[in-house]
Amino acid sequence: MAVNRNFRTCPSTGLVYHEPAEKLMKWNAVAGVVFLLLGGVLALLVTLTRWPAVHLLPADWFYLVLTAHGIDMLIFWIIFFEIAVLYFAASTLLKCRLATPRIAWAAFWMMIVGAVMNNVAVFKGDSSVMFTSYVPMGAHWAFYLGLIIFAVGALLACFVFLGTLAVGKAEKTYNGSIPLVTFGATTACIIAIFTIASGAIILIPTFLWSVGLVDHIDSLMYKTVWWAFGHSSQQINVSAHVSVWYAIAAIVFGAKPLSERVSRGAFLLYIFFLQLASAHHLLTDPGLTSNWKIFNTSYAMYLAVLASMVHGLTVPGAIEVAQREKGYTRGLFEWLRKAPWGNPIFSGMFISLIGFGFLGGISGVMMGTEQLNLLIHNTIYVPGHFHATVVIGTTLAFMSLTYFLIPTLFRRELMFPKMAAWQPYLFGLGMSVFALFMMGAGTLGVPRRHWDITFAGNALAHEFPGAAFLMMGLTGIAGVAAVVGGGMYIAIAVGSIFFGKRLDVPAARRVAVRDGMAPPPEPAPAIPTGHGTPAAWGLIAPGTFALAMVFLVSFVLYYFVNWKYLSTVWPLS
Amino acid sequence: MSAIEPPRNRLWWKQPLDRTEGLWILIAFVWCMVMFFMMPYWHIYGKQNLANEAYRTTPEAFQKKTDEMVAKHKVREETDLKIPVVHPPAGSDVYLIARLWQWWPMLELEAGKTYRLHLMSMDWLHGFSLQPENINIQVHPGYEHILTVTPTAPGKYSIVCNEYCGINHHTMVSRLYVVK
Repeated sequence: MAVNRNFRTCPSTGLVYHEPAEKLMKWNAVAGVVFLLLGGVLALLVTLTRWPAVHLLPADWFYLVLTAHGIDMLIFWIIFFEIAVLYFAASTLLKCRLATPRIAWAAFWMMIVGAVMNNVAVFKGDSSVMFTSYVPMGAHWAFYLGLIIFAVGALLACFVFLGTLAVGKAEKTYNGSIPLVTFGATTACIIAIFTIASGAIILIPTFLWSVGLVDHIDSLMYKTVWWAFGHSSQQINVSAHVSVWYAIAAIVFGAKPLSERVSRGAFLLYIFFLQLASAHHLLTDPGLTSNWKIFNTSYAMYLAVLASMVHGLTVPGAIEVAQREKGYTRGLFEWLRKAPWGNPIFSGMFISLIGFGFLGGISGVMMGTEQLNLLIHNTIYVPGHFHATVVIGTTLAFMSLTYFLIPTLFRRELMFPKMAAWQPYLFGLGMSVFALFMMGAGTLGVPRRHWDITFAGNALAHEFPGAAFLMMGLTGIAGVAAVVGGGMYIAIAVGSIFFGKRLDVPAARRVAVRDGMAPPPEPAPAIPTGHGTPAAWGLIAPGTFALAMVFLVSFVLYYFVNWKYLSTVWPLS
Repeated sequence: MSAIEPPRNRLWWKQPLDRTEGLWILIAFVWCMVMFFMMPYWHIYGKQNLANEAYRTTPEAFQKKTDEMVAKHKVREETDLKIPVVHPPAGSDVYLIARLWQWWPMLELEAGKTYRLHLMSMDWLHGFSLQPENINIQVHPGYEHILTVTPTAPGKYSIVCNEYCGINHHTMVSRLYVVK
């Protein structure tokens, strides 16, 4: 079989697209957006049901829709888009051909088949088992089989990514080390492989159980292994969207990492320590010792937290340095005030970073603390937290990247540019308010995945405080705003891709291996010493440092407020 | 050069750290260590910790022990379902069954007294959520989870199931009384 070596160079960005890789990126991204649309409609139904004054759906429909919403968003939307990002980070950034496009297509179709099969099982109504699908509650076998087929497809795509790295190395399409963004994507890929392996270990026996070949699955064993898959699958997202932050900082500002060593080191910490954090889903379960819980959630997890805190500084820090070099040097924050706030690529990315850190990061650490977890385990605080991490963090970062990809990858002009400028604000801020009030309601004890917190008709009804109902109402309003923001994204993305004005498409040109090679490396320059000129306090990014301190103070205060709250609860041992 | 290109300097790992990053890493690391020490610290000095005590058992065995407690310490029945309310003596073993979609029986405890609370599910996973106190614990089938608990203030508390357990999950709610 002849190897396709057709490439085209994007005239506006200079990025190089390999023909089959380009097609695969497009299809994976579009498939992701289709699932985002489906998940978004379901999100509206979930929100309107949990808004107590509306309470739209009947109970059976609510649990069905919530199951489908969780899986379509957390798995199908995000992983399809991530595969597109992986191909971009490997093939485009390394300017090399994609390894084995046929296998990449097989992966794509397996993922489609799996996703459709899983959705059919859920919508048929006998698989409303939620994203976690805890045994012994059982779903239709097609539910598990769909997930397994999807996972195998995603695994194949990961290998195509790694293969592409090998091709780039072998054909010498770049000099020296891979770019930081590709490095981050590699982290995501490695975590993904671990994750999918755990998923297989737990889902395959569960599938066999669902068809009657295995007669018992221990609920604690299931939950332990399941979370090695479930939480890690969300940590692929962290690596992926942090890479996207770096990419956008580079694209919009030409920002270079403060130091490659620190940023790459932080990604490595993710590989070493993120997975263990899965243990924080088991903090209130019987049969696991405190030592196990503390080791897994703290010793290791805080090094992963450290990694996120490092990225939270280095990404805006790189932007600050780049802006200061352009002359925005007055005061601590001129660089930030003069940032292109009307450009959705930047505004979305920045809101994503702030929301992920302040709302998602702080609440996540609080929940992952062994004793504090008692206060909010399985309350609506938990979805409050993960909407901040996964939706504001990952989804919004991916949305911002789309605004960049539409002109360069799809070669279409962005439709509704005014609406695009507003979209990250409506979506990001709507989602922030949504997450915040969910956390508030969770602190008052409102359970997650619960159809009726009024317990209407129940003789033993519990009355939640009025503030809880107020906060659930505000959650509903903010949720609707966020759904509208999501709808705007879909309208812009789908509109532009299918009906946007075509930009000149440069023809793909055949490139011989020899021509595609990077020029011979220049002699290694002396070890760099400088980072630019210090701007204040002897720091090159004093504004970012000040923001980081604001973050730290919020974190410390919130953390100890929760310990204080815990100390008033019934003694327990 | 930028993050989407290979680092221009091939010896990037030898570049010294800038002070902005160095300081922040130090501060963040110290904070991470504080968080790390908080958990063992609370095990020693704090009063709210989950027990390490749990045993594998069967629904039949757990039901039997619960029935014995109910037979001995029942004080009244409540609701149309005639759910027994038990008032076991302070310091004793108290059993609470979680099952689709009910908590059984109802407990009446004395404020300031300590009990050994045994939790187990008969079928699927359930969530023990004590409101408005906001203590939340996962309840598994087959695992008898034993907690030493001391109710502090008298009052009428609710136990809400907060682990999704099927179509009538939202009806799974019960009471817990704390008396003087």
